[in-house]
Amino acid sequence: MSVPIAGVGMTPFGKHGELTARQLFAEAALEAFEDAGIGPNDVDEVFYGNFMGEFAEQQGHSGPLAADMAGVTAPSTRIESACASSGAAVRFGVNRVRSGEVDVALVGGAERMTNISTAEGTAALAAAADALWEIKQGITFPGAYSLMAQRYFHEHGGGREDLAAIAVKNHQNAVENDLAQFQRAIDVDDVLEAPTVCSPFGLYDCSPMSDGASAALLVSEEFAEEHGLDPEVAITGTGQSSDRLALADRVSMTSTPAAERAGEAAFSEAGIEPEDVDVAEVHDCFTIAEVLALEALGFYEQGEAISAARNGETTIDGDLPVNLSGGLKAKGHPVGATGGAQISEMTKLLRGDHVNSDAVADAEVGITHNAGGTVASCVVNVLEVVS
Amino acid sequence: MSDARDAGYDDFLDAVEAGEPYYLESPSGNGWLPPREVDPETGERELVEKDLPETGEILTYTITNVAGPSFADDTPYVVAVAEFGPVNVTGQVRGVDHDEVDIGDEVALGVGRNETEDERVVVFEPV
Repeated sequence: MSVPIAGVGMTPFGKHGELTARQLFAEAALEAFEDAGIGPNDVDEVFYGNFMGEFAEQQGHSGPLAADMAGVTAPSTRIESACASSGAAVRFGVNRVRSGEVDVALVGGAERMTNISTAEGTAALAAAADALWEIKQGITFPGAYSLMAQRYFHEHGGGREDLAAIAVKNHQNAVENDLAQFQRAIDVDDVLEAPTVCSPFGLYDCSPMSDGASAALLVSEEFAEEHGLDPEVAITGTGQSSDRLALADRVSMTSTPAAERAGEAAFSEAGIEPEDVDVAEVHDCFTIAEVLALEALGFYEQGEAISAARNGETTIDGDLPVNLSGGLKAKGHPVGATGGAQISEMTKLLRGDHVNSDAVADAEVGITHNAGGTVASCVVNVLEVVS
Repeated sequence: MSDARDAGYDDFLDAVEAGEPYYLESPSGNGWLPPREVDPETGERELVEKDLPETGEILTYTITNVAGPSFADDTPYVVAVAEFGPVNVTGQVRGVDHDEVDIGDEVALGVGRNETEDERVVVFEPV
């Protein structure tokens, strides 16, 4: 069942100084209300994504807080699935509207990360990994993805130059996007010569620490009709899947079965195949993550997406433009806001009011892929132009 | 960090230190590190302790230069996943130049301490 997106909102991603997550979310939500032409009193339920509020702001129980800051009195629940928190929040909202019990769901999320040190942020992000078998061994988040990248090179070939092309592409896509943290083009040498974070990743293989928030208003078709709304884009399929938290416990470290299952479920609900997708926003928290996502979603066979960006297949003028927003890499990655931001950016890309919409002027089908941890959580949503 | 023990995990490290590392095997033959109450592949609950092979093989590794506060004084250090028969274990490679570590290297399992907090870590050393 199709769930219209009545409105979207998003703060710029980046460094917001003294602004708290609650204020950031309010800003995104108020923009979504304005975009939709409805108000806080219309909301029946809120799903708010946030991952590391306890680490960064000593703030748990942030569902009611976020709703209150947006002027909403409806029931509100915080959804935590690491970096897939707001993707999962979107999915909860979609399913509540589909159930018929909710006419308007406010979904999205926020994260504040730049108020703590890089070391503290690194520790907070690592909490998405297995506390016993990974964190206690010194695994960091870049480290976990580095393990996947190193194994990928071993099994399938490819190297740092291939990954660098992904970072270059996503930075280029963000140059004109005023919501992006890094509106700056880089070249392959910048990536290859940057300081090493965890081999084989340099600084430019990694998404940054960011502050930011995202919001979307999902409505029933009945509500849209009764209130004279005419949403141009709807979520037509949603899928979610889980995997074992620890990389070492998985059958493969070079594939992401949770993304495969989430993608299959979402595509099946929408009645589409990978070849029907015109544009994609995927979870490129690290450059290798974009490769794994494109393979899991069926756009490439395993071992083949490594050269997609380098070959120009996923660039803005390629067959399948990927991360036209700049992706997590350049748009930024306030983790609890990222899944909702993918929805916001994709909605605008399909509606025609995104700065990069002209590149995909005929696009009718877009997908978002939002991953948590090393893809122990994954949510895939299919968005389509419906009017 | 508190001094509280984590059941399964600390028992495993004790066993490694005693020279008797083990894993948990289900009737189907699947192997798991503790703690496990059930084989997540099959749902079987009859898990028994089996001897872990003495040596393993590095499947992947990374040299970590930027760490969280718990490992801040340990950088750079090498984290690896190594295959010991039916289970894969995550730990730190020691006793070899970082540049020499490679996929396929044979390693033995041990327990060490991290420099920053003197906490126990799983250690792999070249055979």
